[in-house]
Amino acid sequence: MSVKYTNDHEWISIDGDIATVGVTDYALQQLGDLVFVEVPEAGRVVSKGDEAAVVESVKAASEVYAPISGEVAEGNSAVADDPATVSGDTSGNGWFFKIKMSDASELDSLMDDAGYKAYVDGLE
Amino acid sequence: MPDSQEDLQTTPLDSLHRELGAKMVPFAGYDMPVQYPAGILKEHLHTRESASLFDVSHMGQAFLMGDEAIEAFETLVPGDYQVMAEGKTRYTVLLNDQGGILDDLMATRIAGGLYLVVNAACKDQDFAHIEAGTAGKANLEILTDRALLALQGPKAGDVLARLAPETEDMKFMNFREVNIQGHECFVTRSGYTGEDGFEISVPSKDAEAFAKLLLSQPEVEPAGLGSRDSLRLEAGLCLYGHDITTETTPIEGDIKWVVNKRRREEGGFPGAAIILDQLANGTERLRVGILPDGRAPAREGTEIQDTNGNTIGTITSGGFGPSVGGPVAMGYVATAFAEPGTAINLIVRGKPLAAKVVKMPFTDKSYKT
Repeated sequence: MSVKYTNDHEWISIDGDIATVGVTDYALQQLGDLVFVEVPEAGRVVSKGDEAAVVESVKAASEVYAPISGEVAEGNSAVADDPATVSGDTSGNGWFFKIKMSDASELDSLMDDAGYKAYVDGLE
Repeated sequence: MPDSQEDLQTTPLDSLHRELGAKMVPFAGYDMPVQYPAGILKEHLHTRESASLFDVSHMGQAFLMGDEAIEAFETLVPGDYQVMAEGKTRYTVLLNDQGGILDDLMATRIAGGLYLVVNAACKDQDFAHIEAGTAGKANLEILTDRALLALQGPKAGDVLARLAPETEDMKFMNFREVNIQGHECFVTRSGYTGEDGFEISVPSKDAEAFAKLLLSQPEVEPAGLGSRDSLRLEAGLCLYGHDITTETTPIEGDIKWVVNKRRREEGGFPGAAIILDQLANGTERLRVGILPDGRAPAREGTEIQDTNGNTIGTITSGGFGPSVGGPVAMGYVATAFAEPGTAINLIVRGKPLAAKVVKMPFTDKSYKT
Protein backbone atom coordinates (compact mmCIF):
# COMPACT_ATOMS: atom_id res chain seq x y z
CA MET A 1 0.00 0.00 0.00
CA SER A 2 1.39 3.42 -0.91
CA VAL A 3 0.35 6.91 0.15
CA LYS A 4 0.32 9.97 -2.09
CA TYR A 5 -0.47 13.64 -1.44
CA THR A 6 -1.95 16.62 -3.29
CA ASN A 7 -1.18 20.36 -3.16
CA ASP A 8 -4.59 20.73 -1.50
CA HIS A 9 -3.37 18.74 1.50
CA GLU A 10 -5.22 15.53 0.84
CA TRP A 11 -3.68 12.10 1.32
CA ILE A 12 -4.52 9.16 -0.93
CA SER A 13 -3.86 5.63 0.24
CA ILE A 14 -3.76 3.11 -2.61
CA ASP A 15 -4.86 -0.50 -2.22
CA GLY A 16 -5.32 -2.24 -5.58
CA ASP A 17 -7.72 -0.06 -7.59
CA ILE A 18 -9.23 1.54 -4.49
CA ALA A 19 -7.96 4.97 -3.37
CA THR A 20 -8.90 6.07 0.16
CA VAL A 21 -8.87 9.87 0.54
CA GLY A 22 -8.56 12.07 3.61
CA VAL A 23 -7.07 15.40 4.65
CA THR A 24 -3.65 15.84 6.24
CA ASP A 25 -2.83 17.06 9.73
CA TYR A 26 -1.55 20.26 8.13
CA ALA A 27 -4.94 20.84 6.48
CA LEU A 28 -6.77 20.22 9.72
CA GLN A 29 -4.49 22.59 11.57
CA GLN A 30 -5.28 25.29 8.99
CA LEU A 31 -9.02 24.62 9.11
CA GLY A 32 -9.40 24.46 12.87
CA ASP A 33 -12.06 22.40 14.64
CA LEU A 34 -14.38 20.77 12.12
CA VAL A 35 -18.09 21.26 12.80
CA PHE A 36 -19.58 19.80 9.61
CA VAL A 37 -18.45 17.24 7.06
CA GLU A 38 -20.33 16.14 3.94
CA VAL A 39 -19.06 13.08 2.09
CA PRO A 40 -20.09 11.80 -1.37
CA GLU A 41 -22.48 8.89 -1.82
CA ALA A 42 -21.35 5.59 -3.24
CA GLY A 43 -21.85 5.35 -6.99
CA ARG A 44 -21.13 9.00 -7.78
CA VAL A 45 -18.69 9.32 -10.67
CA VAL A 46 -16.07 12.01 -10.13
CA SER A 47 -13.31 13.46 -12.27
CA LYS A 48 -10.00 14.53 -10.82
CA GLY A 49 -10.47 18.06 -9.43
CA ASP A 50 -14.24 17.80 -8.85
CA GLU A 51 -15.65 18.86 -5.50
CA ALA A 52 -16.17 15.60 -3.67
CA ALA A 53 -16.62 16.49 0.01
CA VAL A 54 -17.16 19.58 2.14
CA VAL A 55 -15.48 20.41 5.43
CA GLU A 56 -16.57 23.30 7.59
CA SER A 57 -14.97 24.87 10.62
CA VAL A 58 -16.64 27.46 12.85
CA LYS A 59 -15.37 30.16 10.52
CA ALA A 60 -15.49 28.82 7.00
CA ALA A 61 -16.43 26.13 4.51
CA SER A 62 -13.85 24.41 2.29
CA GLU A 63 -14.10 21.83 -0.44
CA VAL A 64 -12.27 18.54 -0.63
CA TYR A 65 -11.52 17.79 -4.29
CA ALA A 66 -11.39 14.37 -5.87
CA PRO A 67 -7.64 13.81 -6.24
CA ILE A 68 -8.26 11.15 -8.84
CA SER A 69 -11.01 10.13 -11.27
CA GLY A 70 -13.32 7.20 -10.71
CA GLU A 71 -16.47 6.04 -8.96
CA VAL A 72 -17.06 6.68 -5.27
CA ALA A 73 -17.03 3.30 -3.56
CA GLU A 74 -17.90 4.60 -0.10
CA GLY A 75 -18.27 7.83 1.86
CA ASN A 76 -17.24 7.68 5.51
CA SER A 77 -20.50 8.19 7.39
CA ALA A 78 -18.60 8.21 10.70
CA VAL A 79 -16.96 11.57 9.93
CA ALA A 80 -20.22 12.97 8.57
CA ASP A 81 -22.02 11.93 11.76
CA ASP A 82 -19.28 13.24 14.02
CA PRO A 83 -16.79 15.64 12.41
CA ALA A 84 -14.64 15.45 15.56
CA THR A 85 -13.66 11.92 14.41
CA VAL A 86 -11.24 13.57 11.99
CA SER A 87 -9.30 15.38 14.72
CA GLY A 88 -6.36 13.37 15.95
CA ASP A 89 -6.93 10.59 13.44
CA THR A 90 -6.74 12.26 10.05
CA SER A 91 -4.89 9.34 8.44
CA GLY A 92 -6.90 6.60 10.16
CA ASN A 93 -10.62 6.70 11.02
CA GLY A 94 -10.77 10.26 9.72
CA TRP A 95 -10.81 9.23 6.03
CA PHE A 96 -13.47 10.89 3.86
CA PHE A 97 -14.20 8.66 0.87
CA LYS A 98 -12.93 5.74 -1.22
CA ILE A 99 -12.73 5.91 -5.00
CA LYS A 100 -12.54 2.99 -7.42
CA MET A 101 -9.94 4.48 -9.75
CA SER A 102 -10.60 4.68 -13.48
CA ASP A 103 -7.11 5.86 -14.43
CA ALA A 104 -4.33 4.89 -12.05
CA SER A 105 -1.81 6.84 -14.13
CA GLU A 106 -3.24 10.02 -12.56
CA LEU A 107 -1.39 8.98 -9.42
CA ASP A 108 1.92 9.72 -11.10
CA SER A 109 1.49 13.49 -10.75
CA LEU A 110 0.90 13.30 -6.98
CA MET A 111 3.54 13.79 -4.30
CA ASP A 112 5.05 11.02 -2.23
CA ASP A 113 5.70 11.31 1.50
CA ALA A 114 9.05 13.10 1.17
CA GLY A 115 7.71 15.38 -1.57
CA TYR A 116 4.72 16.43 0.53
CA LYS A 117 6.86 17.04 3.60
CA ALA A 118 9.13 19.33 1.55
CA TYR A 119 6.03 21.07 0.12
CA VAL A 120 4.61 21.79 3.59
CA ASP A 121 8.01 22.94 4.90
CA GLY A 122 8.09 25.38 1.99
CA LEU A 123 4.76 26.87 3.11
CA GLU A 124 5.91 27.70 6.63
CA MET B 1 -7.87 48.94 2.98
CA PRO B 2 -4.25 47.76 3.09
CA ASP B 3 -3.79 44.43 1.40
CA SER B 4 -0.20 43.60 2.16
CA GLN B 5 1.13 42.34 5.46
CA GLU B 6 3.52 45.32 5.75
CA ASP B 7 0.70 47.86 5.69
CA LEU B 8 -1.10 46.33 8.65
CA GLN B 9 -1.30 48.22 11.90
CA THR B 10 -0.76 46.45 15.18
CA THR B 11 -2.36 46.88 18.60
CA PRO B 12 -0.40 47.48 21.82
CA LEU B 13 -0.89 43.76 22.60
CA ASP B 14 0.77 42.54 19.40
CA SER B 15 3.79 40.93 21.05
CA LEU B 16 1.59 39.36 23.74
CA HIS B 17 -0.59 37.72 21.06
CA ARG B 18 2.50 36.19 19.47
CA GLU B 19 3.81 35.10 22.87
CA LEU B 20 0.47 33.36 23.48
CA GLY B 21 0.71 31.55 20.13
CA ALA B 22 -2.14 33.37 18.40
CA LYS B 23 -2.94 32.83 14.75
CA MET B 24 -2.90 36.35 13.33
CA VAL B 25 -5.07 37.56 10.43
CA PRO B 26 -5.64 40.93 8.76
CA PHE B 27 -8.86 42.55 9.98
CA ALA B 28 -9.94 46.14 9.28
CA GLY B 29 -6.35 47.11 8.52
CA TYR B 30 -4.95 45.53 11.70
CA ASP B 31 -3.01 42.36 12.33
CA MET B 32 -5.36 40.67 14.82
CA PRO B 33 -5.56 37.32 16.65
CA VAL B 34 -8.32 35.18 15.12
CA GLN B 35 -7.65 32.40 17.62
CA TYR B 36 -5.13 31.13 20.15
CA PRO B 37 -3.91 27.51 20.40
CA ALA B 38 -7.11 26.40 22.20
CA GLY B 39 -9.11 27.11 19.01
CA ILE B 40 -12.38 28.88 18.30
CA LEU B 41 -14.67 26.17 19.72
CA LYS B 42 -12.95 26.01 23.10
CA GLU B 43 -12.53 29.79 23.30
CA HIS B 44 -16.24 30.21 22.60
CA LEU B 45 -17.35 27.66 25.19
CA HIS B 46 -14.92 29.00 27.79
CA THR B 47 -16.41 32.48 27.36
CA ARG B 48 -19.91 31.10 28.00
CA GLU B 49 -18.88 29.33 31.19
CA SER B 50 -16.05 31.39 32.66
CA ALA B 51 -14.32 34.53 31.31
CA SER B 52 -12.25 35.39 28.24
CA LEU B 53 -10.02 38.30 27.34
CA PHE B 54 -10.36 39.81 23.86
CA ASP B 55 -8.13 42.50 22.38
CA VAL B 56 -10.41 45.01 20.67
CA SER B 57 -7.86 47.82 20.55
CA HIS B 58 -8.46 48.18 16.80
CA MET B 59 -11.77 49.86 17.60
CA GLY B 60 -11.94 53.65 17.63
CA GLN B 61 -12.24 55.59 20.90
CA ALA B 62 -12.94 59.30 21.21
CA PHE B 63 -14.33 62.01 23.45
CA LEU B 64 -16.92 64.41 22.07
CA MET B 65 -16.77 67.37 24.43
CA GLY B 66 -18.47 70.72 24.90
CA ASP B 67 -21.61 72.34 26.31
CA GLU B 68 -23.55 71.52 23.16
CA ALA B 69 -21.97 68.10 22.55
CA ILE B 70 -25.09 66.10 23.45
CA GLU B 71 -27.45 68.15 21.29
CA ALA B 72 -24.96 68.12 18.42
CA PHE B 73 -24.46 64.33 18.66
CA GLU B 74 -28.22 63.79 18.64
CA THR B 75 -28.41 65.33 15.15
CA LEU B 76 -26.45 62.30 13.89
CA VAL B 77 -28.15 59.44 15.79
CA PRO B 78 -31.72 58.43 16.78
CA GLY B 79 -30.87 57.90 20.47
CA ASP B 80 -32.00 60.11 23.37
CA TYR B 81 -28.82 61.16 25.13
CA GLN B 82 -30.30 64.17 26.91
CA VAL B 83 -32.31 61.94 29.20
CA MET B 84 -29.28 59.89 30.24
CA ALA B 85 -27.34 60.41 33.45
CA GLU B 86 -23.56 60.61 33.51
CA GLY B 87 -22.02 57.15 33.64
CA LYS B 88 -24.69 55.55 31.46
CA THR B 89 -23.89 53.93 28.13
CA ARG B 90 -26.24 53.46 25.20
CA TYR B 91 -25.89 51.62 21.89
CA THR B 92 -26.79 53.71 18.87
CA VAL B 93 -26.27 54.08 15.13
CA LEU B 94 -24.94 56.85 12.89
CA LEU B 95 -27.51 57.39 10.14
CA ASN B 96 -27.39 58.75 6.60
CA ASP B 97 -30.15 60.87 5.07
CA GLN B 98 -31.93 57.77 3.75
CA GLY B 99 -32.03 56.27 7.25
CA GLY B 100 -29.27 53.80 6.32
CA ILE B 101 -26.73 52.87 8.97
CA LEU B 102 -23.20 54.32 8.64
CA ASP B 103 -21.97 52.44 11.72
CA ASP B 104 -23.13 51.21 15.10
CA LEU B 105 -21.41 52.46 18.23
CA MET B 106 -21.46 52.82 22.00
CA ALA B 107 -21.83 56.30 23.42
CA THR B 108 -21.46 57.02 27.14
CA ARG B 109 -22.42 60.21 28.99
CA ILE B 110 -19.38 61.52 30.85
CA ALA B 111 -18.74 64.85 32.57
CA GLY B 112 -18.67 67.48 29.82
CA GLY B 113 -19.65 65.26 26.91
CA LEU B 114 -19.57 61.75 25.52
CA TYR B 115 -17.14 58.84 25.30
CA LEU B 116 -17.52 57.01 21.99
CA VAL B 117 -16.41 53.55 20.83
CA VAL B 118 -16.83 52.81 17.12
CA ASN B 119 -15.99 49.95 14.76
CA ALA B 120 -12.40 49.63 13.53
CA ALA B 121 -13.29 49.38 9.84
CA CYS B 122 -15.40 52.56 10.02
CA LYS B 123 -13.48 54.67 12.49
CA ASP B 124 -11.80 57.14 10.14
CA GLN B 125 -15.00 57.92 8.27
CA ASP B 126 -17.06 57.92 11.50
CA PHE B 127 -14.79 60.43 13.18
CA ALA B 128 -14.75 62.66 10.07
CA HIS B 129 -18.55 62.45 9.93
CA ILE B 130 -18.98 63.25 13.63
CA GLU B 131 -16.46 66.08 13.48
CA ALA B 132 -18.20 67.63 10.46
CA GLY B 133 -21.65 67.10 11.94
CA THR B 134 -20.83 68.71 15.29
CA ALA B 135 -18.47 71.45 14.03
CA GLY B 136 -18.67 74.63 16.09
CA LYS B 137 -20.66 72.87 18.80
CA ALA B 138 -18.36 70.17 20.13
CA ASN B 139 -14.74 69.05 20.00
CA LEU B 140 -13.84 65.56 18.93
CA GLU B 141 -10.75 64.22 20.64
CA ILE B 142 -9.66 60.91 19.11
CA LEU B 143 -7.94 58.69 21.67
CA THR B 144 -5.02 57.15 19.81
CA ASP B 145 -3.05 56.28 22.94
CA ARG B 146 -5.50 53.87 24.54
CA ALA B 147 -5.99 50.13 24.10
CA LEU B 148 -9.39 48.45 24.54
CA LEU B 149 -9.78 45.04 26.17
CA ALA B 150 -13.01 43.08 26.51
CA LEU B 151 -13.36 40.78 29.52
CA GLN B 152 -16.41 38.66 28.78
CA GLY B 153 -18.23 35.81 30.46
CA PRO B 154 -20.31 34.96 33.53
CA LYS B 155 -17.23 35.12 35.78
CA ALA B 156 -15.99 38.46 34.42
CA GLY B 157 -17.73 40.29 37.28
CA ASP B 158 -15.97 38.22 39.95
CA VAL B 159 -12.61 38.66 38.25
CA LEU B 160 -12.83 42.42 37.97
CA ALA B 161 -14.29 42.84 41.46
CA ARG B 162 -11.25 40.99 42.82
CA LEU B 163 -8.92 43.52 41.15
CA ALA B 164 -11.17 46.57 41.52
CA PRO B 165 -13.88 46.17 44.18
CA GLU B 166 -15.58 49.40 43.07
CA THR B 167 -16.68 47.66 39.84
CA GLU B 168 -18.78 45.10 41.69
CA ASP B 169 -21.98 47.15 41.84
CA MET B 170 -21.79 48.32 38.21
CA LYS B 171 -24.81 47.29 36.18
CA PHE B 172 -24.96 46.46 32.50
CA MET B 173 -24.38 49.59 30.36
CA ASN B 174 -22.81 51.49 33.26
CA PHE B 175 -19.51 53.32 32.84
CA ARG B 176 -16.95 54.26 35.47
CA GLU B 177 -13.41 55.60 35.55
CA VAL B 178 -11.49 53.21 37.76
CA ASN B 179 -7.87 52.92 38.81
CA ILE B 180 -7.20 49.20 38.54
CA GLN B 181 -3.91 48.23 40.18
CA GLY B 182 -2.32 51.51 39.07
CA HIS B 183 -3.85 51.62 35.57
CA GLU B 184 -6.24 54.49 34.71
CA CYS B 185 -9.12 52.60 33.12
CA PHE B 186 -12.46 53.51 31.58
CA VAL B 187 -14.68 50.57 32.45
CA THR B 188 -17.98 49.96 30.66
CA ARG B 189 -20.07 46.98 31.71
CA SER B 190 -20.97 45.86 28.20
CA GLY B 191 -19.80 43.61 25.44
CA TYR B 192 -20.44 41.76 22.23
CA THR B 193 -20.82 38.16 23.34
CA GLY B 194 -24.25 37.97 24.97
CA GLU B 195 -22.53 37.47 28.32
CA ASP B 196 -21.94 39.74 31.27
CA GLY B 197 -18.61 41.49 30.99
CA PHE B 198 -16.65 44.67 30.58
CA GLU B 199 -14.94 46.69 27.91
CA ILE B 200 -11.93 48.30 29.49
CA SER B 201 -10.00 51.18 27.98
CA VAL B 202 -6.44 51.37 29.29
CA PRO B 203 -3.47 53.56 28.28
CA SER B 204 -1.53 51.83 25.50
CA LYS B 205 1.67 51.84 27.54
CA ASP B 206 -0.07 49.87 30.32
CA ALA B 207 -2.02 47.53 28.03
CA GLU B 208 0.32 44.55 28.09
CA ALA B 209 0.81 44.62 31.87
CA PHE B 210 -2.93 45.01 32.38
CA ALA B 211 -3.76 42.18 29.96
CA LYS B 212 -1.26 39.92 31.74
CA LEU B 213 -2.83 40.82 35.07
CA LEU B 214 -6.25 39.76 33.76
CA LEU B 215 -4.85 36.60 32.16
CA SER B 216 -3.18 35.66 35.45
CA GLN B 217 -6.63 35.29 37.03
CA PRO B 218 -7.59 31.59 37.11
CA GLU B 219 -10.92 32.11 35.32
CA VAL B 220 -9.49 34.01 32.36
CA GLU B 221 -8.23 32.66 29.01
CA PRO B 222 -7.41 34.61 25.85
CA ALA B 223 -9.93 34.51 23.00
CA GLY B 224 -9.71 35.80 19.44
CA LEU B 225 -11.90 37.38 16.79
CA GLY B 226 -13.15 33.96 15.62
CA SER B 227 -14.97 33.19 18.85
CA ARG B 228 -16.00 36.84 19.22
CA ASP B 229 -17.91 36.39 15.95
CA SER B 230 -19.55 33.08 16.87
CA LEU B 231 -20.48 34.45 20.32
CA ARG B 232 -22.12 37.60 18.95
CA LEU B 233 -23.95 35.59 16.28
CA GLU B 234 -25.47 33.28 18.90
CA ALA B 235 -26.37 36.38 20.92
CA GLY B 236 -28.22 37.79 17.88
CA LEU B 237 -26.01 40.88 17.77
CA CYS B 238 -25.40 42.63 14.45
CA LEU B 239 -22.03 42.79 12.73
CA TYR B 240 -21.73 46.11 10.97
CA GLY B 241 -21.13 45.86 7.22
CA HIS B 242 -22.91 42.50 7.15
CA ASP B 243 -26.16 42.48 9.16
CA ILE B 244 -26.62 46.24 9.09
CA THR B 245 -25.23 48.53 6.38
CA THR B 246 -25.89 51.85 4.64
CA GLU B 247 -28.58 49.93 2.73
CA THR B 248 -30.53 48.92 5.84
CA THR B 249 -32.44 51.08 8.29
CA PRO B 250 -32.66 50.33 12.03
CA ILE B 251 -36.29 49.32 11.48
CA GLU B 252 -35.44 46.78 8.78
CA GLY B 253 -32.53 45.65 10.95
CA ASP B 254 -34.94 44.93 13.83
CA ILE B 255 -33.13 47.29 16.18
CA LYS B 256 -35.95 49.81 16.26
CA TRP B 257 -35.39 50.28 20.00
CA VAL B 258 -32.42 52.52 19.08
CA VAL B 259 -35.02 55.14 18.12
CA ASN B 260 -35.83 56.37 21.63
CA LYS B 261 -39.25 57.70 22.64
CA ARG B 262 -38.50 61.41 22.57
CA ARG B 263 -36.78 61.10 19.21
CA ARG B 264 -39.82 59.28 17.78
CA GLU B 265 -41.91 62.25 18.81
CA GLU B 266 -39.47 64.98 17.79
CA GLY B 267 -37.49 63.48 14.90
CA GLY B 268 -34.45 65.62 14.10
CA PHE B 269 -32.07 62.83 13.11
CA PRO B 270 -30.90 61.88 9.58
CA GLY B 271 -33.51 59.96 7.60
CA ALA B 272 -36.13 60.67 10.29
CA ALA B 273 -39.01 60.92 7.80
CA ILE B 274 -38.21 57.50 6.33
CA ILE B 275 -37.57 55.85 9.69
CA LEU B 276 -40.67 57.28 11.38
CA ASP B 277 -42.76 56.18 8.39
CA GLN B 278 -41.30 52.66 8.68
CA LEU B 279 -42.04 52.62 12.41
CA ALA B 280 -45.67 53.46 11.70
CA ASN B 281 -46.25 51.40 8.56
CA GLY B 282 -43.66 48.62 8.66
CA THR B 283 -41.01 47.63 6.15
CA GLU B 284 -40.84 45.26 3.21
CA ARG B 285 -38.12 43.17 4.82
CA LEU B 286 -36.82 42.40 8.30
CA ARG B 287 -33.73 40.93 9.88
CA VAL B 288 -34.58 37.62 11.55
CA GLY B 289 -32.89 34.71 13.29
CA ILE B 290 -32.65 31.52 11.25
CA LEU B 291 -32.18 27.99 12.55
CA PRO B 292 -31.26 25.41 9.87
CA ASP B 293 -32.91 22.02 10.54
CA GLY B 294 -29.87 19.94 9.62
CA ARG B 295 -26.23 20.21 10.53
CA ALA B 296 -24.87 22.14 7.54
CA PRO B 297 -23.99 25.75 8.30
CA ALA B 298 -25.45 28.34 5.90
CA ARG B 299 -22.98 31.18 5.42
CA GLU B 300 -23.28 34.87 4.60
CA GLY B 301 -24.71 35.36 1.09
CA THR B 302 -26.84 32.20 1.15
CA GLU B 303 -30.12 32.64 -0.73
CA ILE B 304 -33.31 32.20 1.30
CA GLN B 305 -36.40 30.79 -0.44
CA ASP B 306 -39.95 30.14 0.63
CA THR B 307 -41.12 26.51 0.50
CA ASN B 308 -42.36 27.10 -3.07
CA GLY B 309 -38.92 28.04 -4.35
CA ASN B 310 -39.38 31.83 -4.51
CA THR B 311 -36.45 33.96 -3.39
CA ILE B 312 -37.40 35.84 -0.23
CA GLY B 313 -34.08 37.01 1.18
CA THR B 314 -30.40 36.49 1.97
CA ILE B 315 -28.37 35.35 4.95
CA THR B 316 -26.10 38.11 6.28
CA SER B 317 -24.28 36.13 9.01
CA GLY B 318 -24.22 32.39 9.42
CA GLY B 319 -22.09 29.65 10.83
CA PHE B 320 -21.83 27.10 13.56
CA GLY B 321 -22.96 28.02 17.07
CA PRO B 322 -20.75 26.09 19.49
CA SER B 323 -23.13 26.62 22.45
CA VAL B 324 -26.19 25.80 20.34
CA GLY B 325 -24.31 22.76 19.03
CA GLY B 326 -25.43 23.35 15.46
CA PRO B 327 -25.74 25.90 12.72
CA VAL B 328 -27.24 29.36 13.37
CA ALA B 329 -27.77 32.33 11.09
CA MET B 330 -29.41 35.68 10.65
CA GLY B 331 -30.57 37.42 7.53
CA TYR B 332 -33.22 39.50 5.85
CA VAL B 333 -36.52 38.05 4.66
CA ALA B 334 -39.64 39.57 3.12
CA THR B 335 -41.78 40.72 6.07
CA ALA B 336 -44.51 38.15 5.32
CA PHE B 337 -41.97 35.44 6.27
CA ALA B 338 -40.54 37.11 9.38
CA GLU B 339 -42.84 35.45 11.93
CA PRO B 340 -40.98 32.99 14.21
CA GLY B 341 -41.77 29.42 13.21
CA THR B 342 -42.04 30.18 9.48
CA ALA B 343 -40.58 27.35 7.37
CA ILE B 344 -38.01 28.48 4.81
CA ASN B 345 -35.32 26.90 2.62
CA LEU B 346 -31.65 27.86 2.45
CA ILE B 347 -29.87 27.20 -0.82
CA VAL B 348 -26.53 25.69 0.20
CA ARG B 349 -24.28 24.34 -2.56
CA GLY B 350 -27.27 24.33 -4.90
CA LYS B 351 -29.54 22.31 -2.64
CA PRO B 352 -32.47 23.58 -0.55
CA LEU B 353 -31.93 22.94 3.15
CA ALA B 354 -34.95 23.22 5.44
CA ALA B 355 -34.77 25.91 8.13
CA LYS B 356 -37.06 28.05 10.20
CA VAL B 357 -37.30 31.62 11.32
CA VAL B 358 -36.68 31.92 15.06
CA LYS B 359 -36.52 34.57 17.74
CA MET B 360 -33.03 35.66 18.76
CA PRO B 361 -30.84 35.34 20.77
CA PHE B 362 -30.03 31.68 20.18
CA THR B 363 -28.59 31.50 23.70
CA ASP B 364 -29.70 33.12 26.96
CA LYS B 365 -27.99 36.36 27.90
CA SER B 366 -26.32 36.71 31.29
CA TYR B 367 -26.24 40.50 31.54
CA LYS B 368 -26.13 41.95 35.06
CA THR B 369 -29.26 44.08 35.41
